[in-house]
Amino acid sequence: MTAHIPDGSPFAPHTTADTKSMLEALEVDTEADLFDIPADVAFDGELGIDAQSERAVRTELAEMFSQNDSLTEFMGRGHYSTYVPSIVDHLADRAEFITSYTQYQPEITQGFLQALFEYQSMLVELTGLPVANCSMYDAATALAEATLLAGRVRSTTGDTVLVPETLRAGKRAVLENYVDGSGMQIETYGMDDGNADLDSLRAIAGEETAAVYAENPTVRGTIEESLSAIADVAHDNEGLFVLGTDLLALSLLSEPASVGADVVVGEADVLGLPTSNGMGLGIFATKETFLRQVPGRLVGASEDADDRRAYTLTLQTREQHIRKERATSNICTNQAWVALRAAIHAAWLGPEGLVSLAEDSVRNAQSLAAEIDEITGYKAPVHDRHHFREFVVHTEQPAAAIAGELASEGFAVHVVGEHELQVCITDVNESAADELVAAFEEVAA
Amino acid sequence: MIHDQARYTHDETKREPLLSEKDQTTVEIDDDDDGPLPADLTRDSVTLPSLSEPEIARHYTRLSQMNWSIESGPYPLGSCTMKYNPKFTEDVAADPNAAIHPDRAAETVQGNLELRYRLQEYLGTIGGMDAVTLQPPAGAAGEFTGILIAKAYHEHHGNDRSEVIIPASAHGTNFATASMAGYDVVELPPGDDGRVDLEALEAAVSEDTAALMLTNPNTIGLFERDIVEIAEMVHDAGGLLYYDGANLNALLGRARPGDMGFDIMHYNVHKTFATPHGGGGPGAGPVGVVSELESYLPTPQVKQTDSGTYEEFEPERSIGKVHGFTGNWLVLIKTYAYIARLGDEGLLDASAKAVLNANYLASQLDLEIPYGPFHHEFAATSGDRDAADVAKRMLDFGVHPPTTKWPEMVPEAMLTEPTEIETKRSLDSLAEAFNRAYADTDEAIESAPSRTAATRIDQASAARNPRLSWHALEPDE
Repeated sequence: MTAHIPDGSPFAPHTTADTKSMLEALEVDTEADLFDIPADVAFDGELGIDAQSERAVRTELAEMFSQNDSLTEFMGRGHYSTYVPSIVDHLADRAEFITSYTQYQPEITQGFLQALFEYQSMLVELTGLPVANCSMYDAATALAEATLLAGRVRSTTGDTVLVPETLRAGKRAVLENYVDGSGMQIETYGMDDGNADLDSLRAIAGEETAAVYAENPTVRGTIEESLSAIADVAHDNEGLFVLGTDLLALSLLSEPASVGADVVVGEADVLGLPTSNGMGLGIFATKETFLRQVPGRLVGASEDADDRRAYTLTLQTREQHIRKERATSNICTNQAWVALRAAIHAAWLGPEGLVSLAEDSVRNAQSLAAEIDEITGYKAPVHDRHHFREFVVHTEQPAAAIAGELASEGFAVHVVGEHELQVCITDVNESAADELVAAFEEVAA
Repeated sequence: MIHDQARYTHDETKREPLLSEKDQTTVEIDDDDDGPLPADLTRDSVTLPSLSEPEIARHYTRLSQMNWSIESGPYPLGSCTMKYNPKFTEDVAADPNAAIHPDRAAETVQGNLELRYRLQEYLGTIGGMDAVTLQPPAGAAGEFTGILIAKAYHEHHGNDRSEVIIPASAHGTNFATASMAGYDVVELPPGDDGRVDLEALEAAVSEDTAALMLTNPNTIGLFERDIVEIAEMVHDAGGLLYYDGANLNALLGRARPGDMGFDIMHYNVHKTFATPHGGGGPGAGPVGVVSELESYLPTPQVKQTDSGTYEEFEPERSIGKVHGFTGNWLVLIKTYAYIARLGDEGLLDASAKAVLNANYLASQLDLEIPYGPFHHEFAATSGDRDAADVAKRMLDFGVHPPTTKWPEMVPEAMLTEPTEIETKRSLDSLAEAFNRAYADTDEAIESAPSRTAATRIDQASAARNPRLSWHALEPDE
């Protein structure tokens, strides 16, 4: 260890002797001589960041995170927690996967390419659409990219995307920023008892409609019952039907292709990724017709010189590094490692596990809502619909006050209105459901 | 042999069967009395791989063995800054106490808010910026955020500006970003010395200029010596100066974009701050701005109150959001841990050794390097040899080749960035791989590679006949 510079980067491996001989080879005295930074812009101050040992950094961060209140979360609304088996961490954390990068040299990155090809294939199976890319950042940016795709394919007339009034504010804000530069407009249709109000949708649809966006399940947890009719509204106006969903819902609910979806977006991070403060994995799947308009990376099968099957990034002329300002998107680095995690998790569950978890999402939401509904002071679910994983509770008392009291009982739920809470149940928190019901009772009393 | 494991197969047609080829099951959805939903709300069936845990472990382990990574060996992809990713940052990011839902009330997540606040501060200091958003989930998303901030700033001041100026040698994302934000791109040809040509810039700048996007050191490693004049020129015309942070590793602790006159910058934390590249992400692309632009940052920002607690707030003229929640959280934790581990001395040493390594490696190459002096990366040219072929041959010598045929100002470019993590011995073997491949016969480089998991892959066939899922493969394929 004496050979290493004690106060340098612990991850720069140079021995003093090596540094010396390298500097000699370059005929300079110090590394500083290699820099060509004019004096008037050079920084000679201190950043003021103290180097710490690995142990000290771990201690500091452990103490910082222990400042978070330890609450059992019954939360969803676009960021879900499903139990992630240990095998996902252990396989995805293999250095060969996590410390690699985009597969610019496919001959030595066959492993990741095949894993991404398998991820795409799972999405093709679940959506019924033949093309899926190997990731968007999250559901919000995937929706925004789908809208831009719709704008490009309808560039002559359609410039408006129709979205539900309940669209989560964060998604709406991202969509607004993405469409801003394209000249597209966003219009809002109403909801009827949690699901799309077809009359409201039809009233605002027209020849300027480039896309209609709907969700299944909706952000309030209801299962949409009029998907084909919504698709008809889009198609009758020569617009695209963009459907927002997630990997687990896809395993049970109507197959998007069968109800007329042209683009499927949503959260793939319901699998593979534990609760991560909103970090996501965006689904993007579409029809063959729009293949050359797809944003982001696509992995395709090909052959190598020995005529064996091989995988490679393909159709890259859509992408920014080739097409520059005429690319379908600026996306480069995406969420590949999260896609790997989702694929491992999906493989581990298998179709039986996926369907069973999805069915539990319906049953558990229904039974938890029913139990809360029995307590005086609450009505649940607010909507007379089937629910997937989450539902809205009406509270007689102000919802924020109830949520505050639930927090002091150890539970976190969403406040979604003056007298509305939203509760989400998955396999991660279902074992605490009885305690949550007891807390609701306690708070009501 | 670098990928011998891939040869342990009795299958002549593929290296590892797809999950679907190993075992697949169809589950019919129960729509009778047992199912929780009526049939018109469910799909009919789902057909997916159905494997045991041991089979899955072997499948992905074998795939990993057919994948090059930083821990496999040198990975000198120019512009990508493939550093070693410290192991402990993974453990830190896996802290269950940090696994919080993004909609939690601020008073219940003080620890997470503190990390965000302190990382905003760290990055601001390192870049010489007054305020930082952590929300953009990648470098390109950071560019998009930055250009939207410029747009909002101009709109607020009643300036209708339509153009973004970008050097021809810039990353493709710069052009695509400007276009997505609704701007026309004005491409700036390089000067004879490989840097920005001040006369060309003078001609390009006008009252239509919203911003100039610049990488410094630029994409062939050269410092833009005229940066002060460049900044004045753009500012005099009322435009803003945007810094693409892809090459920040060269400057850590030695120069700061804020001191050079840049108004907006993004940080590629998966490059500069060693968070794993993950096979193509997730990264994160925080954006820093000068104080005049602080009020345009995305929402929410984190601030410290007088009592020492932390809260979120929406900046007065916020552009809104660029990610559904608050970005790639796990990546941001790793970023913080890396910066805290290195501190001033470590960051300064990182840039020193990154530049030393690039220069030393270059000095050992037989290839010509047309432009200099360069910093953390250089663009060698393979001259009359095809750079892509030379790169394929390098694979046979146990290294990952550099970025090839880009930037275009260097013909047959091999853009090489070894980073600070390589030893002298490793750089010597990398140089040998370069030199041997470069000197090899036409036949050898055109038929390479032969020692990798796959031999040369037919790109044209993949694009001509897209097979994008296992559903698209013929049964015997």
